Amino acid sequence: MLADKDRIFTNVYGYQPWNLPAAQGRGDWDNTKAILEKGRDAIIEEMKASGLRGRGGAGFPTGLKWSFMPKDPPSDHLGNPKPSFLVINADESEPGSCKDREIIRHDPHKLIEGALIAGFAMGARAAYIYVRGEYIREAETLFAAVDEAYEAGLIGKNACGSGYDFDVFVHRGAGAYICGEETAMIESLEGKKGQPRLKPPFPAGAGLYGCPTTVNNVESIAVAPTIMRRGATWFSSFGRENNFGTKLFQISGHVDKPCVVEEEMGIPFRELIEKHCGGVRGGWDNLLAVIPGGSSVPLVPAAQIMDAQMDFDGLKELGSGLGTAAVIVMDKSTDIVRAISRLSYFYKHESCGQCTPCREGTGWMWRVMERLREGDAQVEEIDMLQQVTKQVEGHTICALGDAAAWPIQGLIRHFRPELERRISENVREAAE
Amino acid sequence: MADRHLEPDTPELRERWGGFTWTPEWESKAKAAIARYPDGRQKSAVMALLDFAQRQVGQETGTQGWLPLPVMEFIARSLDMPVIRVLEVATFYTMYNLVPVGKFHVQVCGTTPCMLRGSDDILETCAKRGMKKGHTTDDGLWTLTEVECMGNCATAPMVQINDDNFEDLTAQRIEYVLDELAAGNKPKAGTQEPGRHTSEPLGGPTTLKEMVTENHDYRGGR
Repeated sequence: MLADKDRIFTNVYGYQPWNLPAAQGRGDWDNTKAILEKGRDAIIEEMKASGLRGRGGAGFPTGLKWSFMPKDPPSDHLGNPKPSFLVINADESEPGSCKDREIIRHDPHKLIEGALIAGFAMGARAAYIYVRGEYIREAETLFAAVDEAYEAGLIGKNACGSGYDFDVFVHRGAGAYICGEETAMIESLEGKKGQPRLKPPFPAGAGLYGCPTTVNNVESIAVAPTIMRRGATWFSSFGRENNFGTKLFQISGHVDKPCVVEEEMGIPFRELIEKHCGGVRGGWDNLLAVIPGGSSVPLVPAAQIMDAQMDFDGLKELGSGLGTAAVIVMDKSTDIVRAISRLSYFYKHESCGQCTPCREGTGWMWRVMERLREGDAQVEEIDMLQQVTKQVEGHTICALGDAAAWPIQGLIRHFRPELERRISENVREAAE
Repeated sequence: MADRHLEPDTPELRERWGGFTWTPEWESKAKAAIARYPDGRQKSAVMALLDFAQRQVGQETGTQGWLPLPVMEFIARSLDMPVIRVLEVATFYTMYNLVPVGKFHVQVCGTTPCMLRGSDDILETCAKRGMKKGHTTDDGLWTLTEVECMGNCATAPMVQINDDNFEDLTAQRIEYVLDELAAGNKPKAGTQEPGRHTSEPLGGPTTLKEMVTENHDYRGGR
């Protein structure tokens, strides 16, 4: 098990105050100036060497992402250099995910310090932290923490005495899952509906207000100060090649003690559940399936997940993914078709309506899933549903269409006999 | 997409809300919100201003608040935006109430992680108390909405009522919370599980145990 001294989020449960003095007592904002003095390139190199992959779900290498920002900013139509922006994605809405909330309400200074370091490394003039609207109390804490950091001279003009001017602003969302998609988030920040943009142009070229922009997840940014202080080799001593570091896991569903916990990447599923969650409800024999990375990734049946390594590659091998490390555990009492159908409803509700395959497809898929739940369908419709998921997947501007398709594909792949059983039972009941 | 509709534009609505302007409290907040964005980008503040307006309407009506059309027109004028752009934003984001709501907006999370932990019981309890999804009770006290994942999955099932979350619920615990609210009291927000602090495993954390009593800087084994 990861030792306490190697944990980044030491106040994850909020037993201690979130405020600046307490955060400094935990080691935050400790000579941040010295980190900035290393220079932009050195910071990016260190982040690359750490092997940190984005913690928001897609797993893109964070240091590499930062390096895409232009060294010399492009000019606007008057020939003035455009500013660059860092946008921090705190629109945590993926069902199962509840880690960024703990960072924001219990350790906000890690995020604000990370914003300064990341913003400096990419030459950004300001960071916008986009907090989901439903995190009302969490946003209040974040606003207050930002004020504290300004008053202490840690951000703003001459941040930390480094000579670098950097602002941090908080922007509240208002209840739209799609704004977690980076270009939808940028649209939303500009005061519009959060409908994703076509790429290219990528945000690093033309993002917020048409200026170079990088969008990073809260956890990716919040771990940066610790990586810079303790070094890339420390961070990469956890996990395995391509899957380095520590990670906040969020375990929900049918375990005895659901919780959020920071663990080493690649921890075996069984160990994660036994050590921190008191085991599966009703014992290991009672485990049915697990959605290991938030609602968008396909489920994994019990037999395959038990000894799986919980990291990007380990779960990819099982045809699923680490996503945000939101582990949804389902025991044998679960109506698995309903569990997935409820996710289909979620995607129907959250589709932004821009692309036809997603706008129409998510509703269609949900309606078929609801009939399959009761077995009120023909066996051929299972294949038809599978085919429709393939017609939605990859045919939309953003990944919401894919995210709506994958859980259903996972269900059909692993629980087709259950779907067929419900259909034949329904036919038999009708005949009687 | 979410099913949403606007309150009809009637002379009564114009009469009641046509003269809407900020109170000093909300005006200073609106100014601060606009100042967060670059010059000429004031329309970025539209989301914040809609939220403030909804809250001011809430204060004036003794409810969670909503957005009458004349109020949205006021925001459009103050940000120099076409009204339709404000309407697009207000109708797109589900936290803006487009029709009047009750004093307490009971938003029950029904997405899979909460469903697995018993959100059906919570909805059933609400139904037993006369609440109906998408409706406000006759006494004007409760509006019930089933919402999508609220990000409290490790403390599921949960309900958000106005600005506070109530987590680790059971039928009995939500009854208690609703009774307290109806009686004009302020039940403790957060987890309702006795002995649980936040999202640590029930019974005490399995890690960082020293943090429970005292702040620590763990680096270097200190």
